[in-house]
Amino acid sequence: MSFLEIKNLHVEVEDKKILKGLTLTVEKGQVAAIMGPNGSGKSTLAYVLAGKPGYQITEGDILLNGESILEMAPDERAAKGVFLAFQYPVEVPGVATMTFLRTSLNAQRKTRGEGEVSTPEFMKLVRETSAHLGISADMLKRGVNVGFSGGEKKRQEILQMAVLQPRLAVLDETDSGLDIDALKVVADGVNRLRSPERSMIVITHYQRLLNYIVPDVVHVMAKGKVVRTGGKELALELEAKGYAEYVGEAA
Amino acid sequence: MADVTPMKTPAEQALTAAYEAARGKLVGKGALADLRADAFQRFEASGLPHRRVEEWKYTDLRMLMREAYPLAPAPDAAAKARAKEAGQILAGVDCRRLVFVDGAFAPELSDLTPEAGLTVGSLAEALANTGNLGDALVAEHVGKTFATEDMAVALNTAFMGDGAVIRVADDTTLQRPIHLVFASGSDKPSASFVRSLVVIGKGAQVTIIEDHDSSEAQVNAVLELVVGDDAKADYYKITRAKALHVASLLASVGAGAMFDTFAFTSDSGVVRNQHFIRFAGEDTQGNIRGVSLLRGKEHVDTTLLIDHAAGHCASREQFKAVLDDQSHGVFQGKIVVEPHAQKTDAKMMTRALMLSDEAESDNKPELEIFADDVACGHGATASALDPGLMFYLMSRGIGAKEAESLLIQSFIGEALEEIEHEGIREALTFAAVRWLGARG
Repeated sequence: MSFLEIKNLHVEVEDKKILKGLTLTVEKGQVAAIMGPNGSGKSTLAYVLAGKPGYQITEGDILLNGESILEMAPDERAAKGVFLAFQYPVEVPGVATMTFLRTSLNAQRKTRGEGEVSTPEFMKLVRETSAHLGISADMLKRGVNVGFSGGEKKRQEILQMAVLQPRLAVLDETDSGLDIDALKVVADGVNRLRSPERSMIVITHYQRLLNYIVPDVVHVMAKGKVVRTGGKELALELEAKGYAEYVGEAA
Repeated sequence: MADVTPMKTPAEQALTAAYEAARGKLVGKGALADLRADAFQRFEASGLPHRRVEEWKYTDLRMLMREAYPLAPAPDAAAKARAKEAGQILAGVDCRRLVFVDGAFAPELSDLTPEAGLTVGSLAEALANTGNLGDALVAEHVGKTFATEDMAVALNTAFMGDGAVIRVADDTTLQRPIHLVFASGSDKPSASFVRSLVVIGKGAQVTIIEDHDSSEAQVNAVLELVVGDDAKADYYKITRAKALHVASLLASVGAGAMFDTFAFTSDSGVVRNQHFIRFAGEDTQGNIRGVSLLRGKEHVDTTLLIDHAAGHCASREQFKAVLDDQSHGVFQGKIVVEPHAQKTDAKMMTRALMLSDEAESDNKPELEIFADDVACGHGATASALDPGLMFYLMSRGIGAKEAESLLIQSFIGEALEEIEHEGIREALTFAAVRWLGARG
């Protein structure tokens, strides 16, 4: 059984059909890249996996570890191990990053029937991961993402991922708005979290990110479906040829 | 259209009767008696302010004040015992507590430890005595800090009984904040009209807290505050008033001063907080702020009149309200820049967080600018919790209820973070968290 099975998924947003029969499986421990032109439904897929309100699923199912997650609220999905690294992380003024991390982790643990994390253990994890990601102690005290640059916000997302230790991480255009140095830091942070127990979906428009986060498999999305699947070399082919052929094909 | 005098409401009739009955007993003679009589005549002529009086459009006292409670009797031992619990919101902060029960000064509940440069007395005493400092100070300032036609202030002038009279000498830095606790002690519905006067000398540094913690009492409070040149004055107003509460700050701020205010209102019935503030000298900085937390059918009105009467002053007005259930929040902020007040820098912002479809928020910011070289602006928002933020928090595993709480806390926290005094900041943060915790 695959860890994630998306079966014939049809999704509408405000009566507009975005996903039109998407089928996709991700194995345990696999890193799957999803590439595709703008408007192909990549970000919609990310939001639907995380359970964002406002997306109507008209057909199909999403099974996580064999269990449908369609009826679950976002926080229940998070407790089951789903994590979305946002393309545009939001600012939460007045809630310190440290408080936010701890509140999130403990909320998940509570839902799973586990006890609260011990403070020394938690602090150690946050400090070590922050050091790798170049996040200062001062930034941890400030409100979540408040006043941070695009690159700093992406690093915060990876820090959250490291603390929450998800079983399925969905990275939505994590490379957007990053210069090459920031991209390396973020990719390095993601690579450190690769594990046989953790599946990842890396959504990107460009091949560049995949030089640093090397995927096991590459799926191409166009017009709300997966239209082609291949190895990591498929990314290079797309970089060379562009998406024109897929945009035409599915039309 | 001719202004026809409408029929008097029961509350207006009761106020007239109360004035007639109390006239002989109200302290003060001569000029003071005239001041009272004048003020009362104005009330007789126009009655309680109502929705057709622009400044009171959203807080129609004629409607909201169904009856006028009788004037509170002098507090007895039982009343004073009940009042001991009041003002606990700042229990963890080292303050000089001065306690007023049903409007009357209670020296035995107050901290009267002498401190150099500080004179503390009661208004009733100052009005009754002649020749002491209190009386001279009162004669010099009462009714003169900020000229206003406001009817609530007029009623207070007519009925004022007691209150604090505080003088801080030039260049004095008070060791502790002064915590004025206005408690209700009577077990019957009653009314009090408190009038306080605080005069802060040049270069002095003072933190003063006006804390109204009252149950079933109607309170009309006025605090006249004179801030000397180069002084640093922090004024806090804490209101938890179950019945009708109208409070007016009348402030005149000198040159080169720092003047910060913060109004915290929660768990109340009908509250109107009016700040009349004049920047009377150049190069003064003012931060006028507040947070109101409303639920049930509570009504909280914050009305500002900020008068920039001198140039080169900067003022920031920032108010936030959280509105749940069928509550009604009002913010009216008027900034006036007088013709000669060049280089005024004034910015006003008000934000309301609507937690319920049935809550109402009225925002009326106004600028009246008569000078031509100024930077003034205002903004107002009223919105529900941001669904994008909710989703972000929930996607991290935080449940809907807790996510809501965190976001409300964050909204309030942003304002409370600005409070300079650590103890007061923590106490008010704790009070806000407790308010949130009681949310159903």
